[in-house]
Amino acid sequence: MTWVNAVVQGVLLGGLYALFACGLSLLFGVMRIINLAHGDLAVLGAFLIWQISTSFGLSPFVALIPALVVMLALGYVLQKTMLTRSLRGGPLIPLLATFGLSIVIQNGLLQVFSADVRSLGGQAGPIAHASWTITDQLSIPVLGVVVLATAVAVLGGLQLVLRRTGIGREMRATAQDADTAGLVGVPSSSVYARATAIAIATATLAGMFLALRSTFSAASGPTQLIFAFEAVVIGGLGSLWGTLGGGIVLGVAQTVGAQFDPQWSILAGHLVFLLILATPRGRSLDLGGVRA
Amino acid sequence: MSILEVRDLDVRHGLLQAVRGVSLSLEAGETLALVGANGAGKSTLLRAIAGASPAPAGGAIVFDGEDVTRRRAHERVRGGIALVPEGRLLFPNLTVEENLLVAARPGPWNVAKVVEAFPMLAERRRHRAATLSGGERQATAIGRALMSNPRLLLLDEVSLGLAPVAVDDVYRSLKTVIESGTTVLLVEQDLTRALETAQRVVCMLEGRIVLEGAAGDLTREQITEAYFGLHHDNGGVART
Repeated sequence: MTWVNAVVQGVLLGGLYALFACGLSLLFGVMRIINLAHGDLAVLGAFLIWQISTSFGLSPFVALIPALVVMLALGYVLQKTMLTRSLRGGPLIPLLATFGLSIVIQNGLLQVFSADVRSLGGQAGPIAHASWTITDQLSIPVLGVVVLATAVAVLGGLQLVLRRTGIGREMRATAQDADTAGLVGVPSSSVYARATAIAIATATLAGMFLALRSTFSAASGPTQLIFAFEAVVIGGLGSLWGTLGGGIVLGVAQTVGAQFDPQWSILAGHLVFLLILATPRGRSLDLGGVRA
Repeated sequence: MSILEVRDLDVRHGLLQAVRGVSLSLEAGETLALVGANGAGKSTLLRAIAGASPAPAGGAIVFDGEDVTRRRAHERVRGGIALVPEGRLLFPNLTVEENLLVAARPGPWNVAKVVEAFPMLAERRRHRAATLSGGERQATAIGRALMSNPRLLLLDEVSLGLAPVAVDDVYRSLKTVIESGTTVLLVEQDLTRALETAQRVVCMLEGRIVLEGAAGDLTREQITEAYFGLHHDNGGVART
């Protein structure tokens, strides 16, 4: 039963990784850029929620609403200013620009909030610690289920938007050929700005759940970026449902690895990632853009 | 009144000057065929009018009385200029219907009307563009341009790479579009088609216009000579 519990916890943890990864996957799918500041933007969102929550005595779930609005706007502005300019310089410049942004965010957070670790678990009430006990060795945390359900809802919602709406069609068309999209009246800069705004909003959601289930600090971003990146690659670049699968595979690898030795937890996730990279599928990663 | 005026347009591809001081005008409702050998600058001129790269190095493009030379491609589409690019350039992972809808703007053209004009698309609406035949791709590309409800339709190499039967189908449908009053600027290497379809023909050579005239007034020989720089001033207006 211990192993079953490890797998269940891994699946639930995978929901969090999938949430972190879906914004990264969307940005890569639409714009072909790997946003190295993705984890730091998630942590910035977590700090914003923490600040609103502690300043006004609000539940983190309520504080999420204004934080999402701010982060959506930040994503839009970020694309219209920094990313649009860096995209003109070829594929390496956005990588360097987002790496620089990551450092700026980390140091800005250090300056404002110090290096102290924080958590939103206390402000969230009983949901942060409640669980359903199935047997002595198997329990299901309520928060974990909420995170997984949110990940499924976000990925399903994004999938619906991409398949069924005009905005989604424009994103898929731009992902396939931005120049031709311009020739049929679709401005790629606006499509990119919308994609960035959505990606950063989902990162904020992931940041909140990270802060609810554990601690976070100004230096937490890069670790989350690595997990998100691994989930995206395991699931297939640009594939939203694949991202959920990738997150779950990574989560299960970590929790099962921890059953052998707690120190193997993170290492097991990295090993699975490397194993998948070594397979024929990993070696021929599909760079075909966002799929719906 | 002219719907399009191109004035002394220069376009460069790096060091190569593809279009050299070209001036032409197009009346509303008119169909003009642009002919010439490979590398004459026809497609470059069309792409410059549509706002695709490269941007003109000199001159002006005036559409409906407004200078659009510095406008970006998507702004020109909103203004009423639509290009059917050479090679179709469909979005391969989108269905035919999605390819049409992505370009949709308010106006008389909609998916149903496009399918009516291009019946070959009726059975293929839900198929991905990557699975279409050459003729179906061309029909989808023209339909996609029409979905933006343009006042000026730019068609680049409509018959290129198509089987003769497919060319017949596409031109039959295109006739309906032209009869609906859309202004058309057509780049076509097939002289017979160009002369049948257009009211006026302009021949380009090495980036310049070397011959222009009414389609009914020009003979195949005159145009062929202009193709190769052997034109004589005996009918249309020859330019050097």
